[in-house]
Amino acid sequence: MENQTVTPSELKTEEFVVNIGPQHPATHGVLRVEVTLDGETVKDVLPHLGYIHRGIEKMTESLGYKQSIFLTSRMDYLSAHINNHLCALAIEKAAQIEVPARAKAIRIIMDELQRLTSHELWWGSCAMDIGAVTPFFLGFRDRERILELFEQNTGNRLTMSYIIPGGVMNDVRPDFVPKLKALLKSIKDYRKEYDQLITGNYIFQHRTQGIGVLSKEQAISLGCTGPTARASGLSCDIRKLYPYDGYEKLDFKEVIDYGCDNWARYVVRMEEMSQSIHIIEQLLDNLPTGDYRTKLKGVLKLPAGEYYQRVESARGELGVYIVSDGGAKPYRMKFRTPCYSNLGAVKPISVGMKIADLMANMATIDLVIPDMDR
Amino acid sequence: MDVKKEYIPEFDGDLYKDEFGRTNFIVTTIDKIANWGRSNSPWPLSFGTSCCAIELMSTVSAKYDWSRFGFEVMRASPRQCDVIVVAGTITYKMAPVLKRLYDQMPDPKYVIAMGACAVSGGPFYYNSYAVLRGVDNIIPVDVYIPGCPPRPESLIHGMMTLQEKIRKSKAYVIQKPKKNKEEDK
Amino acid sequence: MIKEELKQYLEQTFPSAKVDETFDFPVLFLTKEELIPVMKQLRDAPETKFNFLFCETAVDRNPEFEMVYHLTSTYYHHDMMVKVILEDRENPEIESVYSVWEAADLYEDEIYDLFGIRFTNHPNLRRIFLTDEWVGYPLRKDYQDDRIISL
Repeated sequence: MENQTVTPSELKTEEFVVNIGPQHPATHGVLRVEVTLDGETVKDVLPHLGYIHRGIEKMTESLGYKQSIFLTSRMDYLSAHINNHLCALAIEKAAQIEVPARAKAIRIIMDELQRLTSHELWWGSCAMDIGAVTPFFLGFRDRERILELFEQNTGNRLTMSYIIPGGVMNDVRPDFVPKLKALLKSIKDYRKEYDQLITGNYIFQHRTQGIGVLSKEQAISLGCTGPTARASGLSCDIRKLYPYDGYEKLDFKEVIDYGCDNWARYVVRMEEMSQSIHIIEQLLDNLPTGDYRTKLKGVLKLPAGEYYQRVESARGELGVYIVSDGGAKPYRMKFRTPCYSNLGAVKPISVGMKIADLMANMATIDLVIPDMDR
Repeated sequence: MDVKKEYIPEFDGDLYKDEFGRTNFIVTTIDKIANWGRSNSPWPLSFGTSCCAIELMSTVSAKYDWSRFGFEVMRASPRQCDVIVVAGTITYKMAPVLKRLYDQMPDPKYVIAMGACAVSGGPFYYNSYAVLRGVDNIIPVDVYIPGCPPRPESLIHGMMTLQEKIRKSKAYVIQKPKKNKEEDK
Repeated sequence: MIKEELKQYLEQTFPSAKVDETFDFPVLFLTKEELIPVMKQLRDAPETKFNFLFCETAVDRNPEFEMVYHLTSTYYHHDMMVKVILEDRENPEIESVYSVWEAADLYEDEIYDLFGIRFTNHPNLRRIFLTDEWVGYPLRKDYQDDRIISL
C-alpha cells in the first residue's frame, strides 16, 4: 500500500465557537462558557455569568442585619453554615458581643460537618464529570446520613440559618454526641473503599495527572484561594492564619501539595476530609457546658465604621466587608466569594488542552455558580 | 391498573374462554392505556439553577430514589423529555432561556415548579431588581411545590400528583369545531 | 508588621498622602494619577510585598464614588486598604490595576456593571452580570426601577 500521509500543516482547518450553554449537566449550575476550538484543542475560554444574579448585595441595604443573614446561606448553599458563621462573626466583632464557649464549639462542629458534606458532593460530581457514575450515589449516601443529623438538630437539611449573632439558635439534642461518633467511624471505613475505587484507579489518575497546571505565581496573581491554591503550594488556610472561634487551640494540619495539577487538587480535598473528621473528634470528647446563646436586646445597630471578616469556606476564603453608618441597615455589604476569583483560573489552565480536559478542570476547581453571581 | 368487569350486554365473553377458564383480552379505552403509559414514564430534563437543584439530586440518588416512579432517565436535551422540573430561582437573564427550552419540548409536556423561588419569587420577592416573581409568568405550570428548599418527600408527593393529573387527562377526544352563534341566527 | 507599624511606615513613605485606619486595617488615600506607581511600589518593596489583591469594590457616598482595594501579603501576612475618591458622577473613570494583579480582571467587570465606573487599559470590559440592554446601574443609591417591589 502506498504511504499517503497528510501532515497537519497541509490540512486546512478553521476555528469555530461552541457554546456550552447555561443548561448543561456538567457546569454545576447556570454557567455559560463560550469556547473557541480548533479541532479538539481549546484556544479560548470566555465565561458568561449572571444567569442566577439575584441582587443580594442591594437587598441587604433595605433588609437590615438580622434578616440578611438568612439570605447568605443561599449564596453558596453547599457551605450554608459557614456563610452564616461569617456574618455572625462580623456583627459580633463590630457590636462587641461575647459568645459563650459551648456555642463556639458547636459552631466549629457544624462548620466541619458542612465541609464534609460539601466535599462528599464534590467528590461524587467530580467523578461523574470525568465519566464514572457510581461515586455520585456513594457520595450522596454519606451526605444523607450527615444531613439527617442536621435535620434533627437544626431543623433543615440545606439552608439551615442556625448560627446567628450571639451563639446558635438552639441547643443540640442529648443524643447528638453518640450518634455523631458512630457516624464518623463508619465514614472513615467507607473512605478506604473510595480510595480503592477512584483514587487508586488507573484511568482516573491518567485523566488528571499533568492536566490543568496552575503555577504558584499565577495563583497569587489571580487571587485564588482555598484548595485550588493550596494544591499549587500556597499556604492560605484562614483557620491557621487568622483563627476565629477557637481554631487556635485545635490540632490539625494545613494540607499543602506542590503538584499544581488536577490530581493535586483532588488529593488536597480528600486529605481535608480526614482533617475535618480529626477536628470534630477532638471537640466531641470535651464539649463545654453552659449557655448556647447570648440574647440580643432591641434592634441590632452597628457603630459607624468599616469592618472586614474572613472565614475558610469549603471553596476558599470567604469574606464580608461591611460599611456602616450607625443605623440598623448596612450602608454597603460586599461579599468576597471564593468562586468568583477562582473562575479566573479556568482560562489559563485550559488553553492548549482538549475539550474533555476543560470539563475535568472545572470539576476540580469546584465552582458553585450562585457563589459567583450572588 | 384496574379493569372493570363490565361486559358489553350483547357480547358473550363466555364463548371465548380457554381451557383454564380465562378470557385472554381486556376491554378498556384508548385514553386509559395511553395515560397509563405516559404517567409511569415521564422523563425529566436536568434543569436546576440553585439550591433546590441539590434537593433534586438527593431525590435522584439512592435514599429517595425517584426511578421507582418512572422518572429514571434524566435527559440532557429538551427534545427528548416530557416534564421539566424548574428547581431554583429564575432571573430576568435566564427567563428567555427557560422559554426556549420549554418551546423545544414536544407535546404533551408538563411543568413542575419546585421551591418557593419558582412558585412566586420566594425570599427574593421584595427588594430584588433581577428576579422573576414566579415562573408561571412565562410558562404554564401544572404542579406547584412550596418549600425553601422542599424536602425530597415533598418533591415525590408533587410528582405523584402530576401522575394522577396525567391519568385523568383526555388525550384522544376529538372536538368538533364550535359553530359560531351568529351564523345560526 | 502589625497595624500601628504599618501605619507609621505608610506615613513615612508617602508623606503627601492621607493615612487613616478602620477597625481592622490601615487605609491609604490616593489620587487617580499616583495609583499605578504607588501600587507597583507596594507590591515590590521588600518591607511590604503586597502581592495579593483579595477584594476590590466601590462604595457610593453621595455625591462621590470611593474605590476600595484590599491588599495582603503572602510573605508577611499583613493587610491594608487603599482608597481612591472619584468626584465625577456622570462619567467616572479610573485606571485599571490589571497590570499589577491579574485578579482585577473580574472584579472590575463587576464594578463597571453595577456602578458604571469605566476602567482604562482593561483587557475586556463588559457587562458581566446583567444583560447588555439593561438601563442604569443598580448599586448606585439613586437607581430607579419600576419592577422592584418594596415593603
